[in-house]
Amino acid sequence: MSQRLLVLLFAAATLAFPFVPGVPEFWITLADYIGLFSLVALGLVVLTGVGGMTSFGQAAFVGFGAYTTAVMTLNWGVSPWLTLPVALAITALAALLIGAVTVRLSGHYLPLGTIAWGISIYYVFGNTPWLGAHDGLSGIPPLSIGTFALYDARAFYLVLWFVLAAALLATANLLNSRLGRGIRALRRGARAAEAFGIDTARAKLIVFVYAALLAALSGWLYAHFQRAVNPSAFGLNAGIEYLLMAVVGGAGSIPGALLGAAIVTILKDVLQDILPGLLGAAGNFETIVFGILLVVLLQTARDGLWPLVARLLPAPPPLPVPVAAPLPRRTLPPPGTPLVAVEAARKAFGGLTAVNDVSFTVHAGEIVGLIGPNGAGKSTTFNLITGMLRLTAGEVRFDGERIDGLPSQAIAARGIARTFQHVKLVPEMSVLENVALGAHLRGRAGMLRALLRLDRAEETQLLAEAARQLERVGLAEHMHRPAGALALGPLRLAEIARALCLDPTLLLLDEPAAGLRHREKQALADLLRRLRGEGLGIVLVEHDMDFVMGLTDRLVVLDFGVKIAEGAPAAVRNDPAVVEAYLGGVA
Amino acid sequence: MDATIALFLVQDGILNGAIYALLAVALVLVFAVTRVILIPQGEFVAYGALTLAALEAGIVPGTVWLLAGLAPVAAALEFWRQRHGLDARRSGRIVLVDLVLPGALLSLAVALAPTKPAFPVAVLLTLALVAPLGPLLYRVAFQPLADAPVLVLLIVAVGVHLALTGLGLVFFGAEGMRTSPLSASMFSLGDLVVTGQSLAVVATSGALLLALWLFFDRTLIGKALRASAVNRIGARLVGIPTAMSGRLAFLMAAGIGAFSGILIGPVTTIYYDTGFLVGLKGFVAAIVGGLVSYPITVAAALVVGLVEAFASFGASAFKEVIVFMIILPVLLWRSLRGAPVEDED
Repeated sequence: MSQRLLVLLFAAATLAFPFVPGVPEFWITLADYIGLFSLVALGLVVLTGVGGMTSFGQAAFVGFGAYTTAVMTLNWGVSPWLTLPVALAITALAALLIGAVTVRLSGHYLPLGTIAWGISIYYVFGNTPWLGAHDGLSGIPPLSIGTFALYDARAFYLVLWFVLAAALLATANLLNSRLGRGIRALRRGARAAEAFGIDTARAKLIVFVYAALLAALSGWLYAHFQRAVNPSAFGLNAGIEYLLMAVVGGAGSIPGALLGAAIVTILKDVLQDILPGLLGAAGNFETIVFGILLVVLLQTARDGLWPLVARLLPAPPPLPVPVAAPLPRRTLPPPGTPLVAVEAARKAFGGLTAVNDVSFTVHAGEIVGLIGPNGAGKSTTFNLITGMLRLTAGEVRFDGERIDGLPSQAIAARGIARTFQHVKLVPEMSVLENVALGAHLRGRAGMLRALLRLDRAEETQLLAEAARQLERVGLAEHMHRPAGALALGPLRLAEIARALCLDPTLLLLDEPAAGLRHREKQALADLLRRLRGEGLGIVLVEHDMDFVMGLTDRLVVLDFGVKIAEGAPAAVRNDPAVVEAYLGGVA
Repeated sequence: MDATIALFLVQDGILNGAIYALLAVALVLVFAVTRVILIPQGEFVAYGALTLAALEAGIVPGTVWLLAGLAPVAAALEFWRQRHGLDARRSGRIVLVDLVLPGALLSLAVALAPTKPAFPVAVLLTLALVAPLGPLLYRVAFQPLADAPVLVLLIVAVGVHLALTGLGLVFFGAEGMRTSPLSASMFSLGDLVVTGQSLAVVATSGALLLALWLFFDRTLIGKALRASAVNRIGARLVGIPTAMSGRLAFLMAAGIGAFSGILIGPVTTIYYDTGFLVGLKGFVAAIVGGLVSYPITVAAALVVGLVEAFASFGASAFKEVIVFMIILPVLLWRSLRGAPVEDED
């Protein structure tokens, strides 16, 4: 049975559920709540599981959606359908403001920040008289289609699950797009994403607003389903519960949102029935179980329950190799044109000067080796050229224009591509998708086209380009495997393929041959010679001297941040200063 | 606002600030040693105050049942952890520390509670009942995840907070309680009435902060704790058992929390869920100190107390909003000083 069929079966069963004779009304109500909570959990999957930003504050955005429609329908008699765009717009604005601060928070400061604004917004809801203060607002009209009002849980169910299905589909589309690859790289490959032109701060903000909008949509539906709102549903505990749903289901996967919401909602209902009887008093005893559940789950199944379910499902069919007309390429400057000129570049980390007044130029159609003992400042030089580090003094020019001080994305846009000494690929993404990240700047599709799946023609072109570059480095057979499953050598080759996807003018390779076998090294050298023939400028940091000597046109030697020699490989090899640096002085 | 009110608010602010300082120092300590952001710190405060209130009312506090529930789990985990190389001596130790000792505490509490023990006895018993919860929770919830990322530990901490709040409702009920003051005296300085309680709070928290400083600066255990804070693996290599450091940090945090509850119980009505907000305000201070610096943390705690006092006078409905909004610019400033783009490990 194919996966598509399973999804269709699940959708059909969900659609039929309220019409099965004998299904109690109460089950339908419960399913309605599961749907409402799934929307919020889905936002958390994108925000926390994929984007790596843990939020305890999503319930506040549910509140924005719910209160907006409550106030508008109650006070001004506006139709609920007309309040939806307003609710979304207000939430988007709030999320942009809150997100502008939040997504800049690093590490554990971010979730703490969400706790702070989550609590604050709750108190604002609870103390604002025109929002009904702690009592909230009631008497909200139900949704209606024509003259038919959706009072009934069954009627509401159809609207709700239609909305949810659309949200699930749109989210899946988003994650499988050009922008989605950038989002999926946020958690474990943000630096690499920056190096290939993705504005990670913007991508984080997009994810933040998207999750908030899903929460607001849920809040809007919730207000018309409950027909009353009060602040307790939008406080921190509710926010924690939403996060619990995402963690239980598996924060990294879209179906996990549904699974988590279902488990937590049903469990809560069952516990609310049983526990007060057991404990002989009324109260929110389910929080005890939820708390313990959260701890036990993180100790035993940190990726949630969906991966355990997914294991029982049939494996997806092998994906086809994407084929499309090639992307347009930039015209390379004629061989011998100066590309990048590093002029008296200096980088000091406190008292340590890692790069000390280093100058060199790389031309189109040549391979320059940047060599030197460990700690000589080779990788730091790469980071200075690609804008990952700021110069302390000096200049970097590309094509005559100063590029030091520009952000990494702008430098990538000029055609400078790099690989990393410590491989930076997203382990859970396929090799193909990782490599396609390199072609990010050659596509244009944005959020809307991604959500509506109008980006397919361009997507195929980007993926086909990635497939072509993988073929070139000899990794075609591995393209659909997750990057985490590859050994170090192939990973380095995949990084080169990713760099080639940028259609670079200048290629910076940080130890590309480390971890490669002899044959692979030969193939890599052949590839680099071909690229040189096409007119690329290539800079190579490498410790394998046979590889370097046989391949490069020119060497630049660094030692303790200082350039000690430059010239043809044969000349540099016999340079006394170089011999001294590598082998130490002869006593 | 006249000078009398202002002085009164200052007194109130310093009183609360002193409590926040204690909690914030405990949070910094726990984070430094274990990388756990101890969201449930506030629950120790509530448990401390409510345990004391129960003892004063002659009721066996529910805390004993939590102790009775956690200790066997911790013992079982310990047996499992040491299953290779378990001998009579080690087994005996586990039985003694994790079963006999909590059992003795439980019996003592059950025997003493109905007699409405004298205040100092009740305070000591409260500390003896709440403080061990710290290391027990560490061993059951956090130690199995000692090498997990900070974010995972944070979510676990939220889970523990959730469970403890729910249990607090079961143990102590939904009613708020106050405990007897440490000192009932009052005297006036000009227009200002100073309560003996506030002096007692400031004096004892000051003394406790001083003692903590001496502990970290002068004792071998204190230095070992600081060492495991700086470098876990390094500390382990020179023979400092880091799991032991974690337990000790949690013991101190729970003890400080319970003690804060005893200090704050006479001036604020404590409900089963009051601790969370109190603890979070300690957090605001701890974060201003970057979860690292003790002196900045203490100063920030006093500022939080003062801001809260003046906010509750000027805009009482939005007091909490104001206090928690202080934290956002601080978080932002802390983040911007760090690396611009980082990858999760």
